[in-house]
Amino acid sequence: MLASLTVHELGARFRRGEATPSQAAQAYLERIDALDPQVRAYLTVTREEALKQAAAADLRFKSATPLGPLDGVPIGLKDVLCTRGIRTTCGSKILETFVPPYDATVVARLREAGAVVLGKLNMDEFAMGSSTENSAYFSTRNPWDLARVPGGSSGGSAAAVSADLAAATLGTDTGGSIRQPAAFCGNVGLKPTYGRVSRYGLIAFASSLDQIGPFGKDVEDAALMLRAIAGHDPLDSTSVDVPVPDYAAELGKGIAGLTLGVPAEYFIEGMDPEVKAATRAAIAALEKLGARTQPVSLPHTEYGLAAYYLIAPAECSSNLARYDGVKYGLRAPKARNIVDMYSKTRAQGFGREVKRRVMLGTYALSAGYYDAYYGKAQRVRTLVRRDFQQAFERVDLIVAPTTPNVAFKMGEKEDPLQMYLNDVFTIPVNLAGLPGLSVPAGFTRTGLPIGLQLIGRPFEEATLLRAAHAYERATEWHKRKPALP
Amino acid sequence: MSAPSTYEAVIGLEVHAQLLTRTKMFCGCSTAFGAAPNTQTCPVCQGMPGTLPVINRRAVEFGIKTALAIGCAPNALNRFARKHYYYPDMPKNYQISQYEEPLAVHGRLDIEVGGAARTVGIERLHLEEDVGKLIHEGALESAQSSNVDFNRAGVPLMEIVSKPDLRSSEEAAAYLKALRAIVIYLGVCDGNMEEGSLRCDANISLRKRGATEFGTKVEIKNMNSFRNVQHALEYEITRQTRALDAGERIVQETRLWDPDKSVTVSMRSKEFAHDYRYFPEPDLTPLGVEATWVDEIRATLPELPAARRRRFIEAYGLSPYEADLLTQSRALADYFEEASEGFPKPKVVANWVLNELLREVPGDDEKALAACRIRPAHLVGLLTLIEDGTISGKIAKDVFEKMYRSGETAQAIVSREGLTQVLDEDILRRAVDQVLREHAKVVEDYKNGKKAARGFLVGQVMKSTQGKGNPAAVNRLLDEKLPKV
Repeated sequence: MLASLTVHELGARFRRGEATPSQAAQAYLERIDALDPQVRAYLTVTREEALKQAAAADLRFKSATPLGPLDGVPIGLKDVLCTRGIRTTCGSKILETFVPPYDATVVARLREAGAVVLGKLNMDEFAMGSSTENSAYFSTRNPWDLARVPGGSSGGSAAAVSADLAAATLGTDTGGSIRQPAAFCGNVGLKPTYGRVSRYGLIAFASSLDQIGPFGKDVEDAALMLRAIAGHDPLDSTSVDVPVPDYAAELGKGIAGLTLGVPAEYFIEGMDPEVKAATRAAIAALEKLGARTQPVSLPHTEYGLAAYYLIAPAECSSNLARYDGVKYGLRAPKARNIVDMYSKTRAQGFGREVKRRVMLGTYALSAGYYDAYYGKAQRVRTLVRRDFQQAFERVDLIVAPTTPNVAFKMGEKEDPLQMYLNDVFTIPVNLAGLPGLSVPAGFTRTGLPIGLQLIGRPFEEATLLRAAHAYERATEWHKRKPALP
Repeated sequence: MSAPSTYEAVIGLEVHAQLLTRTKMFCGCSTAFGAAPNTQTCPVCQGMPGTLPVINRRAVEFGIKTALAIGCAPNALNRFARKHYYYPDMPKNYQISQYEEPLAVHGRLDIEVGGAARTVGIERLHLEEDVGKLIHEGALESAQSSNVDFNRAGVPLMEIVSKPDLRSSEEAAAYLKALRAIVIYLGVCDGNMEEGSLRCDANISLRKRGATEFGTKVEIKNMNSFRNVQHALEYEITRQTRALDAGERIVQETRLWDPDKSVTVSMRSKEFAHDYRYFPEPDLTPLGVEATWVDEIRATLPELPAARRRRFIEAYGLSPYEADLLTQSRALADYFEEASEGFPKPKVVANWVLNELLREVPGDDEKALAACRIRPAHLVGLLTLIEDGTISGKIAKDVFEKMYRSGETAQAIVSREGLTQVLDEDILRRAVDQVLREHAKVVEDYKNGKKAARGFLVGQVMKSTQGKGNPAAVNRLLDEKLPKV
């Protein structure tokens, strides 16, 4: 079964001539045909494109000139990433017809690495949500239990990897949108340091928080994907010019001698006891592997969520101003004048959560309220960042649960605030701009995945990956597959 | 000037200057004027989803250069901000501008009005992007369709805000003229007000003479010439004076100058004023302006118009009026100085430049001056021919015109057309004799005291020599012969 292999396993088969990229693409496309009607991860499948790219990769392997570890590997992209000539909806009606004339930098880099794009993956509209139920098109299901959500906003990207509908995928993480679905779907999800990966071509939700990162079936796959997309991009002024290490090559170094910090604030009342227990067990396993642990304090954690729900909506209200019916995407018919066209287009084009956040953000930036809301939230952000800085003076990594709970039932969280609380452990990492990773760390008695979160110093993704890899090798969680019909 | 009023006008100007960079403020598109609609655009300046701005370093350099020329201190760390309002000519529905941390602050500009010197404070100088242009099919009110041309969207703009230090329309015009001369001098803006490369808005209020509190201010827009600025402000002073005298209150509002009707018309009042919801642009990192960079730019500053004007008066003995005209642009002043070096009679050079050259070329048009086919060396050649008596001043003017059209040297034209002055005494003597014979009546008039008759005789001799007679020689011969007739 080619579709069940990891990226590195698949690459090895290509190199040994035991399989071809075309066979792999075909296998994935067949699996998408068979299973995606239930999982509903894909918004757009680019079948012909994929087969064409795979055929080109075949030739490279035939002539023994492959481009690298991702050559011929079938991948999927969250539909927030612009793809030249391929419809990019951002999960919204307002961009239903939008076909970008450019590739996001990460897409261009993956293409240059030879990756085969299977299609575009479902998401909460404009990446706003934690369940993928906010997609304007349909909800994606959790492969472990089709009645449950895959998490969000990168739910399609997470579900596709766990259901073997792509070898690896890209998602984006603004407040946990990679790590939370990775935890819910039982795979590896990595949010890089802010500035590690170019945001050019990533349709912005909250510019100062958004970051693109990979989902992988295991840690090595995440490492290979990160290597391909990371690095400075002259088109993104916030991308940082720091050398990109060969993450995969450093995986085997082990974690002996590393100090792990365990933040008391991440073990809160009301969280799922099974998640708590799994996290404790994972920390014990890491100690057994040679790491030291010590308690750390991140005292401003509890204010993170509130600050986030001012900063992110403020930036969103600005970023989404451009969707007005003038230039691209939806234009509401029968408008009486330009203002009427704006309001009709936006009323029809945006969903409830997007509207809620646009209004929140507009309010937070208004004259007379700016200091009390946006300004204060920025000051909280500084305090949250300082918390981490102080902790990282004493420890190399922070370990914590990725989410307080496991995947919930579809439709279960009607109250937006209940939904927002899902991201309480992931949001501070975005506020501080740090790298964070979720790695499978067990299952509940009912068979739902639990994620362990590792948080690192800026640009120390290699350390995160190393620790996660050591843990993964000592456990079997990542080998389990959901039983899909 | 109107009779002394009980009120004093308080005026501040906001000047927008389009920068002469080759590319736009935040993308690589050309800034050239006049291309077919939407041919100088890209995803960035069309505000497409996922695109990001990148600061044009050259535009920053131009801003710093101007800042230094008007005594502003560049901020070591300055920041871009988003200014929000909906308008279809603005692709993102926000403009990237600068707000709390502009490029430079606190400068001054010296002006002269009616012989009196005044110093006008400069509040700030900041950079921003221009918007596109709407093209309505038919009149705005009845147009069935409107199109947007984004060629101008993203062109770099520099905004210079004066302190409310101006006290009359004349001072406002003088300030604008001085500022315009500086930006043209620096080569950062072409200063063309009709084409909108230089735009001016004014804030004006009245207060009782001697009062220290400001009155309610009114903003005036749409003044695209010096005349319009002066007329609009005069109109507004009269309007506000009448209103105040009638016991009315001035409404804080924006008014448009209507140059056809010579009135200002209310556009929007404060109640409908925009809340721009400024916040720091998250897509751009704060812009560091290191002292070494400022020093480098300072070293490239040319001598500025005011200093050069002073030097022209002192070093070349020119009148203030001549010095004013000659320093209206850097190219013209350079032209004059280069010619004066080759022909060290600056008064003569100034006469030719002001009377002949400026008849053909606008003195503030750097491009036209650079393209002018009479180079300073050519002018020197012409003046030398007059000086050594080869041609007369009158003939020289014809030669100048021919030089302007053909680009040839004076020497080439004079020798080809045989315009060399007749110095040959025999030829001139014969011509004088003939004229004295043919105009015996005039000679008699002259002898009877009609001095003007002498000029007629000179003219006749010149005519008979096709203007080539050397005037000095002709005069001398007439002096010799007249008493003998």
